[in-house]
This record gives sequence, structure tokens and C-alpha cells, in this order.
Amino acid sequence: MNAYIDVTWPSLLIAASLLIANLVLSAVLRLGMGRRLLVAGARMVVQLFLLGLVLEWVFESANGPAVLALGLLMGGVAGVTAVRRTSIRFPAAYLDSVVVIVTTAFLVTGVSVLGILRPTPLWDPQYVIPLLGMLLGNALTGISLGLDRFLTGVLRDRTRVEGFLALGATRWETAQEEVREALRVGLIPTVNSMLVMGIVSLPGMMTGQILAGAAPADAVRYQIMIVFMIAATVSTATFGVTMLAYARIFTSDHRLRSAGELGIELD
Amino acid sequence: MNQSLAAGDRAVLTGHSATGKSLLLRTLCGLDRPDEGHVLFRGEPTPGHDAPGFRARVMYVQQQPLLIPGTVRDNLDLPARFNVHAGREISEAENGDRAGDLLAQIGKSADFLEQRASVLSGGEGQVVGIVRALLLDPHVLLLDEPTAHLDPATTQRVEEVVLEWVEAGDRALLWTSHDPAQVDRVRRGPRIELGGAA
Repeated sequence: MNAYIDVTWPSLLIAASLLIANLVLSAVLRLGMGRRLLVAGARMVVQLFLLGLVLEWVFESANGPAVLALGLLMGGVAGVTAVRRTSIRFPAAYLDSVVVIVTTAFLVTGVSVLGILRPTPLWDPQYVIPLLGMLLGNALTGISLGLDRFLTGVLRDRTRVEGFLALGATRWETAQEEVREALRVGLIPTVNSMLVMGIVSLPGMMTGQILAGAAPADAVRYQIMIVFMIAATVSTATFGVTMLAYARIFTSDHRLRSAGELGIELD
Repeated sequence: MNQSLAAGDRAVLTGHSATGKSLLLRTLCGLDRPDEGHVLFRGEPTPGHDAPGFRARVMYVQQQPLLIPGTVRDNLDLPARFNVHAGREISEAENGDRAGDLLAQIGKSADFLEQRASVLSGGEGQVVGIVRALLLDPHVLLLDEPTAHLDPATTQRVEEVVLEWVEAGDRALLWTSHDPAQVDRVRRGPRIELGGAA
């Protein structure tokens, strides 16, 4: 017997029908978002359904390599998606993003697993996978916002950047303002959500735990832990990816690489 | 192409648009990497790690120079933020109000210094770029069509100021232009013609 009420598959149709109102509205006003909503909705259902199958298997087997493989897969997808969402980008950024997001998310998850939760085994998927997922999701947003801001600032206005360099500025003197901006923008969602958490928004994880029967006080402590973890991951990952991009687009002899050298892709 | 520039030279670079005049200037100051060949400065290859120091001596002025938000004076003072020019009071120079003097010579009144950079015309922006470079006193000045947006009278005054600067020391100038009359006025030394197979 569960501590919560089951949601059955057929009953999800009621939830899905709520979307129909949006589709009708879109059709009437010719907003053209009907197709995109349908595709996004269908993708969400299929992805979560598959995730359910995978998680069920990983949770039952609870073996280290399976947890690690799932974690790496999630990290890889998050890293690639983060770069794909920027409006201007270059191929090397994908690898940078994956390496940074996997490293920071694993590190922060490791700290909380070893230092705070101490489950047995340490890689218990019940703890590791949800934590990792939340860190990756938030880091993804931070990286794509920060990287987009940085690359747009530097690469869309080459004349300005090269104007600084021509006057004798070092590459860091030229780019530091953009790096700072990238960090600020990348952290906006995290900081905003921390500011209003519990007042305007009831955090998703806490809500989930309470629905699943946890005592609110326990859920609150979990939430505080995860928010600190998220803030640490987002700032480190955004900074890391931005600095790697900086090192890629400026040479050590203080030159801004050309679009051709970088293999720039534009949206 | 093998071309050298000696102290006192006032070289002129000509050629139709899109023949790579800007590219050559950019390569000379290390903003672009040459596909082949190399740039020597005083017999030495240009120092990669000290590109800022090199660019402070071999200064490239873009055809449409960088303007930051703020006044003209802020723009003239901009290079003081960079380590390579650290400690230099640029527009309030030790040697009197050199910025004001240069601007006056070009025909700009004293309140030009307090104008917002955002309201400057293309030509006024070029004047700011040239004066800013002159105040930094490089050894070589690379000017990319510096008078493209200026009226004839101002063009002539800018030429005078720049040529005066060359004469005042151990300096060299590379000026790009496609106005034959200007080429005649400015040039003393090499004439580099780009185009066709260049």
C-alpha cells in the first residue's frame, strides 16, 4: 500500500484534455502554436514513459555502473542541449559544455551524497538520480543563458571587441565585462527563484515529496539542501563554460578568432 | 609582396574596395593571422604574448573606430583602463591639454570633448579615433581610410595633424586611401597598390 493515491494511465487522459482548451484558443486566434504544443506534449509523454521504464530497471538492479551510465547519459544530453539553445555557437562548445556540466553536477551530487545523505549504497539511485537530474536541468538553463549572452556580446560585435584589442587591451581586458554579464544573466533564474521560493512558488521537488507523503518539515530541509546545490552548480557550470568559450574564441596572442576558424553556427 | 616601412615614411596603401586593405592593416597589428609570410617589427617577429604592447606601438585605427557610451573625453581616456597604458593621463596630459589642442587644430571647439559619443556623426567618430591614437603616441600608425566620412576642409586639417605627428619624431605612417589627390598629399615613401592578383 502506497502513502499516496495512484494516478492510473487512463486517468491521465483527463489531464491531457486540459490541453485541448489551449489548442482551440490557438486555432481560433491563429497563433500557430497548436502544432508545437502537440509535438511538445507528445514528446513529454513518450520521454517520461521511457524514463519510467529505465528508472524502474535501474532502481531494481541498483548497480553502480547502471547508475553511472544513466547519469552520464543525462549529463551528455543536458550539455548538448545547453549549447544548442544559444543563438550563435561553435562546435567545440558542445564538448566543453558536456565536460563542465557532468563534472560540476557529479561533484556537487557527490558532496551531498557523501557529506549529507550517506545512503547505502552511496550510488543508491533513489537519491543520486533525482538530485543529478535537478542539478543538470538548472545548470542547462544557466549555461545556455550565460553562453548565449557571452557569445552574442563578443561575436556579434567584432568591431567593438577588435577596437579594444587594437588600442592595446589584453584579451581579458576586452572580454571581462562580457564574462561578468554572462554570469549575471546565467544566474538570474536561480537567484530569482531563491528570492521568492515559498512565497510565490512552491518548489516542485518539495511539492512532490509532500504529495508522496513526506512530512512538510522534512520536505523543506530537502528543498533547502537542493537549492544550495543548484546555486553552486549553476554558478560553477556557467562560469566554467563561459571561460572555456573565452579561451576558445580568443588566442593567447590576444586575437579574436575569425568566424571561419571557429566554425560559427548561427540560428 | 615584400614591403618595409622605415621611420619617417608616410606610406600609402591603395586599391579598390575588397582587395584586402583592411585585412593587411589588421594583419600588421596582429588582429588577423597571415595565411603565409610574417610581419617583422625592428627586425624581430611580432611578439605573440605581448600583442598588447605591440599594438600600443603599432596602432591600428579602424575605419569606424570603437566608441564607448559616454562623452568624447571618456572615449579619449578609454585606453587608460588598459594595463599597457597604465598610469597615463591621456586627455589631461602632462604636456598641457594636448587633446584640446589636437581637436582645435582639426576645427573642433572645446565643448566637443563633453559631447555624447552616441550623437557623433561618422566623421566625428573618425576624428575621435585618430586623436585617441595620436594621444597614445605609437611608433607606427595604421589608418584605415581615416577621412572617408569627412568633409574636404576637415580632411585637410586631419592630414596636417597626422603629418605633423610623423615629422615630430621617430615615426611611420601607413594610410589607406582611394583618393589620388590625397595620396599625392600624404605620401612620402612607399606606395602599396593592392588589387588583381594581390
